[in-house]
Amino acid sequence: MLVRLVIVALLVLVFWLGTRNMKLVPGRFQGTVEMGLDFVRVSIAEDLLGKKDGRRFLPLLTTIFFLVLFLNLTGIIPGINIAGTSVIGLPLVLAAASYIAFIYAGLRKHPGAFLRNALFPPGVPWPLYLIVTPIEFVSMFILRPVTLTLRLLMNMVVGHLLLVLFFSASAFFMTDLGGGWILAGVGTQLFGIAFTFFEILVSLLQAYVFTLLTAVYLQLALAEEH
Amino acid sequence: MLEALIIAAEEKPNPLLPAWYDIVYSIIPFLLVLLLFWKVVLPRMQATLDERSARIEGGIKQAETAQAEAKAALEEYNKLLAEARAEAAKIREQARVDGGAILAELKEQASAEAARITATAQQQIEAERQAALVTLRAEVGSLALDLASGVIGESLADDARATALVDRFLADLETSEKAAK
Repeated sequence: MLVRLVIVALLVLVFWLGTRNMKLVPGRFQGTVEMGLDFVRVSIAEDLLGKKDGRRFLPLLTTIFFLVLFLNLTGIIPGINIAGTSVIGLPLVLAAASYIAFIYAGLRKHPGAFLRNALFPPGVPWPLYLIVTPIEFVSMFILRPVTLTLRLLMNMVVGHLLLVLFFSASAFFMTDLGGGWILAGVGTQLFGIAFTFFEILVSLLQAYVFTLLTAVYLQLALAEEH
Repeated sequence: MLEALIIAAEEKPNPLLPAWYDIVYSIIPFLLVLLLFWKVVLPRMQATLDERSARIEGGIKQAETAQAEAKAALEEYNKLLAEARAEAAKIREQARVDGGAILAELKEQASAEAARITATAQQQIEAERQAALVTLRAEVGSLALDLASGVIGESLADDARATALVDRFLADLETSEKAAK
């Protein structure tokens, strides 16, 4: 749990310093920070939500992206070796934030009509509501936060388990068995290294997916028609 | 983490049921980071972006102004050039006219001068002719008288009649000469 606070301190430090002395022509560090912020701003927020709403929800989206990214990456940092997101608390909190945000956005934009449109999609023959409404209800108000949480949690847990498996197998082959088993140990070690790189990819991808899905939910809630 | 692992090992709780401290330690980082981005990083970023776009727009506007100014200057220059050309043409025309006038005047002066010189020369010639005539008359008279004196053997020099004779003779000569002309 302490890991999270350390990483948050690091994150605060990076972005505080990175934006403390903003220049019109960015240096290397500022350029990198700007690139990260621009990625969320342009390719997620403004792409899906448009300029106005994108700016409104940008703080939330940026927070989710960088918090998930930084805490995912702790899974491959030697000495920490466990992702801050591989314990259910954080994914759950973020999913709850996303959940609250899109329901709030929907109620604010279409007070009254939001829930009706969500549960009784217009243009559907009324007998179908018997089927559609429970499906919509479950998918929107239960499955969305649950899938958000579990997708992130399980990806990070599994990544962690895989790495643990590979590296402890290497240790076992090399030190406990020895002899010809060392070759097998080398093999598992190599796989472990490969999967470490894979974990970097997964970290980025999961951060992106979480943020993107939040943006998509917001977009659906803000859309005129469902 | 260690504490969590120990607890996990002792109690084997369901990993999908979060412990209370897990939630607390998740909310705190979330709120911290949210606050960071919301209140600090994104406003700064937005300010920079705005400033940057303002700078770019300002630059474009400045360039447009400069272009307009350059265009105006070019038009002004062309106008001045046309005016200068017209002026030059006018001056040239004036100069041609003036030159013609000066030439005519000079010609006139020259011809007047020539006429004057001619007249002077004629007068001089006339005067010299008169002088020569007078001298000639005197000499011819005395020569004739000497000759006649020699022929008739006596001096006719002091004789008033002889002078009158010579004069008459010369007058006759002149009249015959005029008649011959």
